[in-house]
Amino acid sequence: MSEIPGLSRRTFVFGSVAIAGGMAFGQYGQAQPALSSAVATNPLTADLGPNSVTFNPWVEISPEKITLIAQHADKGQGVGSIQTLMIAEELDLEPGQFEIRFAGPSPVYFNTGFAHELAPFMAADQSPEAEKARAAALEWLRKAGLQMTGGSSAIPDTFEKLRMAGAIARETLKAAAAKRSGVAAADLRTEAGSVILPDGTKIPYVALSAEAAKITPVAVAKLREPSQWRFIGKPMERLDIRSKVTGEMKFGIDRTMDGMVYAAVKLNPNKGQPIKSYDASKAQSMPGVQTILKISNGIAVIATNSWYAMQAAEVVDCVWEPSKYPAEQADHWNIVASSFAPQFLGKEWRNDGKIDAGLKEGTLVEAEYRAPYVGHQPLEPLNGIGIVTDKGMEIWVGHQTPQSVQHIAATAIGMKPEQVTFHNEWMGGSFGHRLEFENIRVLAEIANQMRGIPVKLIFSRKEDFLQDIPRQIAMGRCRGSVKDGKIVAADLQVAATAPFKELLARMGAPTKDPDGQLAVGIWNVYYNIPNYRATSFEVQGLSPSTTWRSVGASANGFFTESFIDELIHAAGLDPLMARIEMCKVPIYRKLLETVGEMADWKGPLGSGKGRGVAFVESFGTAVAEIVEVTMIDAGIKIDKVWVAADVGKVIDPVNFENLVQGGVIWGLGHAMNCELTYAKGAVQQTNYNHHEAMRMYQCPVIEVRGLENDYTVRGIGEPPVPPAAPALANAIFAATGRRIREMPFNKFIDFV
Amino acid sequence: MFDITVNGVRHRVDVVPEMPLLWVLRDELGITSPKYGCGIAQCGACTVQVDGAAVRSCQARMADIAGKAITTIEAVGNGKLHPVQEAWIEHQVPQCGYCQTGQIMQAISLLKSNPKPTDEDINEVMSGNLCRCGTYERIRVAIHTAAKKIGGN
Repeated sequence: MSEIPGLSRRTFVFGSVAIAGGMAFGQYGQAQPALSSAVATNPLTADLGPNSVTFNPWVEISPEKITLIAQHADKGQGVGSIQTLMIAEELDLEPGQFEIRFAGPSPVYFNTGFAHELAPFMAADQSPEAEKARAAALEWLRKAGLQMTGGSSAIPDTFEKLRMAGAIARETLKAAAAKRSGVAAADLRTEAGSVILPDGTKIPYVALSAEAAKITPVAVAKLREPSQWRFIGKPMERLDIRSKVTGEMKFGIDRTMDGMVYAAVKLNPNKGQPIKSYDASKAQSMPGVQTILKISNGIAVIATNSWYAMQAAEVVDCVWEPSKYPAEQADHWNIVASSFAPQFLGKEWRNDGKIDAGLKEGTLVEAEYRAPYVGHQPLEPLNGIGIVTDKGMEIWVGHQTPQSVQHIAATAIGMKPEQVTFHNEWMGGSFGHRLEFENIRVLAEIANQMRGIPVKLIFSRKEDFLQDIPRQIAMGRCRGSVKDGKIVAADLQVAATAPFKELLARMGAPTKDPDGQLAVGIWNVYYNIPNYRATSFEVQGLSPSTTWRSVGASANGFFTESFIDELIHAAGLDPLMARIEMCKVPIYRKLLETVGEMADWKGPLGSGKGRGVAFVESFGTAVAEIVEVTMIDAGIKIDKVWVAADVGKVIDPVNFENLVQGGVIWGLGHAMNCELTYAKGAVQQTNYNHHEAMRMYQCPVIEVRGLENDYTVRGIGEPPVPPAAPALANAIFAATGRRIREMPFNKFIDFV
Repeated sequence: MFDITVNGVRHRVDVVPEMPLLWVLRDELGITSPKYGCGIAQCGACTVQVDGAAVRSCQARMADIAGKAITTIEAVGNGKLHPVQEAWIEHQVPQCGYCQTGQIMQAISLLKSNPKPTDEDINEVMSGNLCRCGTYERIRVAIHTAAKKIGGN
């Protein structure tokens, strides 16, 4: 992974100058480079069985079966299903006619979907300069070969290239059938896994695999028109629903192997620090325990059952190296507060008008906001199976960056990345957790000491909490001014640990560039405010932090949209009407109007009720939300939420709605009652009773509308999260007059 | 040694009396539909039926469970889909799906004792089952649909 240079907006300012010339634009601009490089180095070729064919890295047909490759990992967001259905759309396959396999590591699966995020232009910017920078970013991504699931990029990455992969496979199968039958390919059609001759004779694709293997994949000039789509945009059943409802679905934690042993760990809760010494005398003789191993940051118990292993690990006495970051939470906040200083400057992302003069006009409004560390804690704990032999390591683990798993595991045991064979798994959630490597490094170390034996590692929930690298800790200092019923100036400063930059460093690709994630939510703000400045500061020396569903925007969106609400209030304006009035991008204005229509927004409600609105664009997807609450004796009750999101094209409408609702619940629940705090160097919250988020009794009805006005297809996994917290805080203000400027809100107000 | 009957099949397992049922099912018998989520009855992902009642299997010690009839999701529909499972498919409830076997087992138990639950009834019984993906609204709707199916409407 060391070949991956820094991923940052600034890199691309330079990059675009250097390599933008001559790049193709337009509809197939993203699909074609991916496919042309992929043809040359299709990783499926290596393991292809006899009489089998692969047309590209996404389609494999043997005489027995059709296998479609899901390059993006499935953490519950539904891409295991939709990626293969997009191939099937053009390949004329029906659900049930193919198997899904997750991709192994290969640079051909580089993520084109990051191009928009990496180019230093706002999502709504379609200028030639912006497109040029995106093309340069795409070219750079192709060269870097980074295969990663994340950043709400699965659909933007694959929408064109997977349909193209299916179309090429279809046309090549038709060519094989033409050769066999003597009928011109133009007179053949395809349906439900077969080529159909003019006389109605059906030749199943599987029967053509050997012949198709001898034909150079046929180039396809044009994808089908939307009017011909059978799946895309229509309600469809996710292919993983049934097995998840019957209990048949095997997640990583459910996989077993002959001769397998179970491992549980106790690791230094002072993150990143080693173990000094340990006493395992109590654990040694406990039932089921086979052996106890020392690894670099803790101990591992090997046992015949994961419960025996966890019980024994719990009673091993360990002496830990103390943390390098402050032991106590109050000092974390003190360091954040002292980081608004030139030596910690990330970047001044925007400086419109004359901010100092603007702030002196009219009435000054100042506020400080806070967002704490938060855990990911998907319900399936970190786990994995590993076998190490003299030749290398084989690992089965649900992860979002296969190449990094190879790199981390190999580094841990002194091997080369290519010696690590990686198999992905269906994941029981991630939210950013499975972009990190705590289980990977530990599993490699344990399996290396147990050579030849499959080791199944399962983190106890407590260990998972203690080792969870949290969302960045962040503080926003906001100043603004209002005059004559208008916002004259807004100056947003954020100091936070740098989640994406830190992740890159742990992946083996450190960068000195500012963390672009700390710009999201303060920089890409589309209101007409004549004097506007957005600045990030990067806090040093605190707990490691990483990407947590919606990353920078999860904190920044809360700061900005709450503070804008304060300014709107100070200006005496209506929170929704003022946003509509100020919004510079017509399709975003439409979103705000739509969500207002959905909620039948008519201003203040009275009688303890209040509504708050928030609007954030993240990962290119703009989302507007309205939350309605009632203040009753027991506290705040969330009555209803309305959401309008524009993704250009809704690909899978049922799953779209489910993901939006889930994103809102994620945003609301953690804003209500979740934080991770440090004491003696360790996180104090070790199970869901300390970090609960939302439960069903608190869950409102969430009405969702997907708009399709954006000019390109966008993702929806993360963007519904950032507006949820500020919309809730703004609703609480409307209902109670109390402005809550720090998450979690239950430190200041009770919830029903 | 303990004898337990899971989905009508008798098994003999050699574990300590303190071992919770969840790990007997998963690691000793290879029945992986009950999930390990929290280990302290905070999430409900391990929910199974013991003598017909929904139980958090991470809290049911082997010594207390021996001789009782255990039912996991594999057996709730007697070879077909249970109406609750049908409703879960109709509304496409799962995202990651890790909590859903536990949610379904809890919902089946709810509908047994309360065939026509209100939203409040559902909230009360189902709030012990955590869903990190946030499928709560679909779960609520699916339970109403399942109630109708079971009631023959």
